[in-house]
Amino acid sequence: MSSNTVRMTDVAIVDEPRSTKPAGATDGPATADSGGSGGRRSPSPVFGHPARAREVKDHLARVVMWLAFLLALVPLVWILWTVLSQGYHLLLQSEWWTNSQKGITSRREGGGAVHAIQGTLIQGLTTAVISVPIGVMTAIYLVEYGRGKFAKAVSFMVDILTGIPSIVAGLFIYAVWVTTLGLQRVGFAVCLALVMLMVPVIVRSTEEMLKLVPNELREASYALGVPKWKTIMKVVLPTAFSGIVTGVLLGLARVMGETAPLLILGPYTKAIATDLFGGYMATLPTMINQDRSESLQPAVDRVWAAALTLILLVLLLNIAGRVVARFGSVRK
Amino acid sequence: MAKRIDVSDLNVYYGSFKAVEGVTMTVEPRSVTAFIGPSGCGKSTFLRTLNRMHEVIPGGRVEGKVMLDDQDLYGSGVDPVAVRRTVGMVFQRPNPFPTMSIYDNVAAGLKLNGIKGKKKLDEVVEKSLHGANLWNEVKDRLNKPGAGLSGGQQQRLCIARAIAVEPQVLLMDEPCSALDPISTLAIEDLISELKSKYTIVIVTHNMQQAARVSDQTAFFNLAATGKPGKLIEIADTQKIFSNPSVKATEDYISGRFG
Ligand SMILES: Nc1ncnc2c1ncn2[C@@H]1O[C@H](COP(=O)(O)OP(=O)(O)OP(=O)(O)O)[C@@H](O)[C@H]1O
Ligand SMILES: [Mg+2]
Repeated sequence: MSSNTVRMTDVAIVDEPRSTKPAGATDGPATADSGGSGGRRSPSPVFGHPARAREVKDHLARVVMWLAFLLALVPLVWILWTVLSQGYHLLLQSEWWTNSQKGITSRREGGGAVHAIQGTLIQGLTTAVISVPIGVMTAIYLVEYGRGKFAKAVSFMVDILTGIPSIVAGLFIYAVWVTTLGLQRVGFAVCLALVMLMVPVIVRSTEEMLKLVPNELREASYALGVPKWKTIMKVVLPTAFSGIVTGVLLGLARVMGETAPLLILGPYTKAIATDLFGGYMATLPTMINQDRSESLQPAVDRVWAAALTLILLVLLLNIAGRVVARFGSVRK
Repeated sequence: MAKRIDVSDLNVYYGSFKAVEGVTMTVEPRSVTAFIGPSGCGKSTFLRTLNRMHEVIPGGRVEGKVMLDDQDLYGSGVDPVAVRRTVGMVFQRPNPFPTMSIYDNVAAGLKLNGIKGKKKLDEVVEKSLHGANLWNEVKDRLNKPGAGLSGGQQQRLCIARAIAVEPQVLLMDEPCSALDPISTLAIEDLISELKSKYTIVIVTHNMQQAARVSDQTAFFNLAATGKPGKLIEIADTQKIFSNPSVKATEDYISGRFG
């Protein structure tokens, strides 16, 4: 039964996009219970003829849901198609994946995005490495230990953090890092701003996963004379593990596409730079931003290609999250 | 090994709600004691005070005394975690750890308490599974998940898990209520066997079961909803079922209420 709970989990986080699809609108069997085709059949002797009005309402509801579905789909397909068609050809060149933009001007073709991909990955991973312990431990505190006023306050803070616009997070770190501490704008400062955005996401998703772990398992462990902290480490966390990983991957995907803090704190460079404290460091969003206003074709092409690369990266993380959710969950 | 339980004048609370009042009873070592009574009269609540599981619930607290031989379970300086190692528990619904194999489920109590050594663990796992009458059914798939067993097998797995840490007392809260008659019989047989080694307390709604497995029976009742549950009568099972001294007990057993 606990495996069911873990599966519910997957639905809880991963399947959000699916909810845009009107349930039942696409699958045929739904007509069976709607009574829509009843007019053509001979009326049932017991239940009589389905009311005409209900049939009409049923069709109307279905049409409205379909329209809403298409409406939601149009911009999505449009964006994907534009980015794909404008950006794909650069991605097919091996140079894109092996070179940086060093020494390449807007006028010239060539060069790649390695510097930006590397930067995005390094900053994303650093952010995750800092955020995951903080987020997971906060969630453990809230679910397993948190009682009374302090826990309520923490939970409220997390709610507030969830609502912070990314540019505010960026400016806040700027105020602390640059204005107050007098330090340079560097990749690490970007990571700090991203941590502010990622922690609440991880706290909330981990909290949900921990709450889904049945209390009976905790009690079974206590009844064996296992202390609480060990019960959490060895029973609760493993049971919720795949759900937590999924939450982390989705949070990471979100944070990697974040732009505002990068614009404020992470100055762009065309060369490869891997030092988080070394000042200039390229990322995919800042690479896009760099040539955003260019009208020269080689630069415009690179903007589209960088956008497509970023989308692919985020997509990959999302897929990884789903795979973990599906195959990592406890099976019977 | 098995120990005597001596409870005197025990009150059990959930926050300010008094769930059980004034229980006094003695449970002899190597005997089976059954708790019967209508739903909500505090059988589970009282049972859980015998291994300090009650205080896991926020607001749960206890007044009175529970002695295990000459040790006061609620004495100052007594570690509840150590108490639970001595007094094991089996729950109403089978609850094997879903992330663990059959082997790891049985070894969980030892492993999680830091006991290592494959040889020792192998020994304990085999012994406990034999003890729970499950060995023959699972010996070829010890590394398969414990959740893949049938309900009755899972419950016996939970019993194996509980006896693997060698407790002195075994508490069982309606261990058969989720099981079919065959599995129920298997577990009842098991209880009769375990009696030679452990002190066993079992909660049950099944009168026949109480009559079959227990040496003494305790009848709990509550005056009205919202009032605390009380121990009405405790005596030899034979006496309770043939000639109870309280009218309410007789009414309950003969099915006239509750
Ligand atoms: N976690 C809890 N918090 C507050 N009150 C509780 C809690 N658990 C049980 N109670 C209350 O304590 C009383 C006794 O409950 P308990 O579960 O011990 O009854 P029971 O005799 O085991 O019943 P059943 O035969 O249905 O299992 C009931 O009034 C119940 O509402
Ligand atoms: Mg109960």
